[in-house]
Amino acid sequence: MGTEWKITNDRPIYLQLTEQIVQRIVSGQYPPASKLPSVRELAVEAGVNPNTMQRAFAELEREGLVTTNRTAGRIVTEDVAMIENIRGQLAAQKIEEFLEGMELLGFTGFQAAKLLTQYAKLHPALEGQTEEQLLPASGEASLAKGEGAL
Amino acid sequence: MNEKLLVCSSLTKLFGTKQALTGVDLTLGSGKIVGLLGPNGSGKTTLLKLVNGLLQPTGGSVMVDGRQPGVYTHNIVSYLPDKMFLNDWMKVIDLIRFFDDFYSDFDFPKAMEMLQSLGLSSTERLKTLSKGTKEKVQLIVTMARKAKLYLLDEPIGGVDPAARDYILNTILTNYSEDSTVLISTHLIADIERVLDEVVFLKNGELTLHDTVDNIREQEGKSVDQLFREVFAC
Repeated sequence: MGTEWKITNDRPIYLQLTEQIVQRIVSGQYPPASKLPSVRELAVEAGVNPNTMQRAFAELEREGLVTTNRTAGRIVTEDVAMIENIRGQLAAQKIEEFLEGMELLGFTGFQAAKLLTQYAKLHPALEGQTEEQLLPASGEASLAKGEGAL
Repeated sequence: MNEKLLVCSSLTKLFGTKQALTGVDLTLGSGKIVGLLGPNGSGKTTLLKLVNGLLQPTGGSVMVDGRQPGVYTHNIVSYLPDKMFLNDWMKVIDLIRFFDDFYSDFDFPKAMEMLQSLGLSSTERLKTLSKGTKEKVQLIVTMARKAKLYLLDEPIGGVDPAARDYILNTILTNYSEDSTVLISTHLIADIERVLDEVVFLKNGELTLHDTVDNIREQEGKSVDQLFREVFAC
């Protein structure tokens, strides 16, 4: 099992479900071209109304991230470039948020980046990984693309 | 799909001179899970009883699947009253067999499976059960029917949070496009995410009928928060 479903109070439930399914797709929990669990299964798993889950999927189909195949059910898109692009956009968003937070603490962008690198080197969870593994070339490329799209 | 599974038109109920319901217009389609929300004494139970034919309207009408409450609608409506209806001398299994005999749409294996999931013994006498356990048994026999319309009057009020989750889960797994579940409650926070639509009753009048996500979109807050504001004391 991957991440838990999390529903907050302030926003429509279907939007939150959409975001969390996208998260599962870009993180590879639902790999490209794989079959998705049924709406009913996911609704029960998330403890939400099946119609709301259905609406979240309709949204993803509209965006082209998910397609419905009459025989095989719902499939994640095979378009890896599209998934990478969205992943880059989401990463760029997270970085923006991080930088905004750091700015509130009085750090410039470069200072924040330096601190982040230092932290990554010291963080126990990342121990044993080389800098190359921390910053894979494809990650950099997709991030650049994501920023371009913003 | 039936877009007019339940239709109330100008539905009014007086108890003596007291207005319990005033001119309620409400249409519910099938395939929905709907919350009937309102503070104590707002008319929730009265509305459910009118739909089930336990009360006669003073004015206006109720139609279930195009018919007035009667023999036909009793076959397609499964009603969980707010009060205990169990015969105390019965054992749990007696009650389940009784329902199985009485309703042709009763799913006996499903009832037994639900009993087991909730860790209830079928051989215990109902009078020895705690209040919460009795409520669980009532809910099991209500939900084990394959009805078109489920009317649940405060199904989660008296049970513990773990059982509450199980009950909501049961409602979700039981979901079908042909049936609708109308749940009255004031425990909104617990139930909000399983609902399609909510209906607000205030002093016997219908003040709001909308989808949960529309309300969240327009108000920027949960239905629970909105309820607390609308009905602030």
